[in-house]
Amino acid sequence: MTDWIVWFGELTHPRRLRVRGSLFLSGSLFWLSAGLTAPMLVLVFMAFARRSPYGEIIWNISPDNFLRLAGFGAFGWTADYLWILARSAWMASVTTLLSVGIAYPLAFWIALRPPRTRNLWFALVVIPFCTNLVIRTYAWMLILSNQMPPARFLQWLGWLAPEAALYPGAGAVFLGMVASSLPFAALPIYTNVERLDWSLVEAAQDLYGGRWAVFRHAIFAQTQPGLLAGIILTFIPAMGAFVVPDLLGGARTWLVGNLIQQQFGPSRDWPFGAAVSLGLMVLTLAGLFLLRRLEAAHRET
Amino acid sequence: MKHRLPQWVALFAVAGLALLYLPMLAVAVFSLNVSRYGLVWRGFTLDWYVRLFQNPYILDAAWNTLVLALVSTLIATVLGTLMALGMHRFPWPASFRRFLDFSVYLPVITPDIIFAVAAVTAFILLRSAWSVFEPGLFTMICAHVTFQIAFVELVVAGRLAVIGRQVEEAARDLYADSWTILRHITLPLLAPGIAAGAMLAFTLSLDDFVISFFTSGPDSVTLPIFIYSSLRRGVTPEIHALSTLIFLVTVLLVLAVQFLTRTQKEV
Repeated sequence: MTDWIVWFGELTHPRRLRVRGSLFLSGSLFWLSAGLTAPMLVLVFMAFARRSPYGEIIWNISPDNFLRLAGFGAFGWTADYLWILARSAWMASVTTLLSVGIAYPLAFWIALRPPRTRNLWFALVVIPFCTNLVIRTYAWMLILSNQMPPARFLQWLGWLAPEAALYPGAGAVFLGMVASSLPFAALPIYTNVERLDWSLVEAAQDLYGGRWAVFRHAIFAQTQPGLLAGIILTFIPAMGAFVVPDLLGGARTWLVGNLIQQQFGPSRDWPFGAAVSLGLMVLTLAGLFLLRRLEAAHRET
Repeated sequence: MKHRLPQWVALFAVAGLALLYLPMLAVAVFSLNVSRYGLVWRGFTLDWYVRLFQNPYILDAAWNTLVLALVSTLIATVLGTLMALGMHRFPWPASFRRFLDFSVYLPVITPDIIFAVAAVTAFILLRSAWSVFEPGLFTMICAHVTFQIAFVELVVAGRLAVIGRQVEEAARDLYADSWTILRHITLPLLAPGIAAGAMLAFTLSLDDFVISFFTSGPDSVTLPIFIYSSLRRGVTPEIHALSTLIFLVTVLLVLAVQFLTRTQKEV
């Protein structure tokens, strides 16, 4: 018993502290492992299982589900599922680009409001962040419906058939996705911009830096962590989007999320749904990995 | 020194805020419209709001939403607070600390559809052994607590870092035992953080659709699920009114959380 330590003013043993600490941690760790870690493992196993004609799960290990996802079915090869995966990656990337593109100036604008009103403007970004996605998407369905001004205007221009609405369609899905992920992009960028060291900007100006040089080296370089967090927080939910393409899109704008829901809902083919979910995970991780590589490469130059 | 922004920055800001608020504004306006069909303004009424409170399905769904949010928030707040204390007030080795950080961040970064699918899979397996896991409020509470714990932990941990260790050490020097310190020093100081964490968890539960949708049963319809399924039957002014009400509740909650976290910084 030589390992006495002083911890928060108490003379005690690390072992005693750890016993006490694990009491604090046991409840939440049990809940997290039972509610998330273990189910994720089950999901991985289920992806290799098979569905019987009656909808039951047959636990034999086979790669059939992944072959099916890759397009090898009973009737030869089709690219249907691969298209859905590719479309998800494409739409998530464009959504991320647009959201971050709008959120970046928005964050600067809010950060430079007078201190008294700044929190109010900030709350305007947090409120949609906390509003139910179904309600926000529903609001877009109303705005884009055939009798509202946007559709009316396009009908008047002749770009839209009379009495036609602006949804379902790819444009509506993009609008809905950008609007729903805008707060996710804006929050981390704003918290970064708020702590910006403006003296560096002044120094750059004193050294006769041009507008572009000042922005790039004194402002953009400082906002990179927030920008990265914003991209990640937008990209991950956008990859798994399900509500927006379901309500504002049609069969031609199906994303991975819709495919997964279909398997766990109407089709009752859980093993294939599990395989698609793993596909989504792999795509998301690949996107994050690519982003990290890009960022590392940028930092070196 | 004042910093000037180019004009187009304001333009982007206005466009961004319009993207966030115009649709919601339209819903609020049409919830006050007399006309049931079509989108032509026929005069002001509060009729749709009155009807909400006469619709048994909506009242049922509101009750389910509230029970789900309250019960899951209660459990998650207790577990999340204990987890924050357990993580940051004990001398863990670095490897275990990394594991703990990973456990907190995993639920935060998992796409919610994967989260939902994993939960459903687990419930499917558990159901064959134990009928409590039939889809319903119980399974929904289990799933909600799982993603709320991490957020409560993060908020409470932020507060723990703010209050530092001096007060607790001073109490120890005055011969307070561990229980007294926790009960009379740490928890009262943590209170604003715990409250903010609980509010965040409550908002997240109200905000959630995907996880509820996957884990719910026929008797546990919540308001978002009710709205989602009624969209298949077309939109009505009643849904406008319901959405507007939920939106207003969200606004109040956000302002309350902001108020709590702001007073928290001024210790």
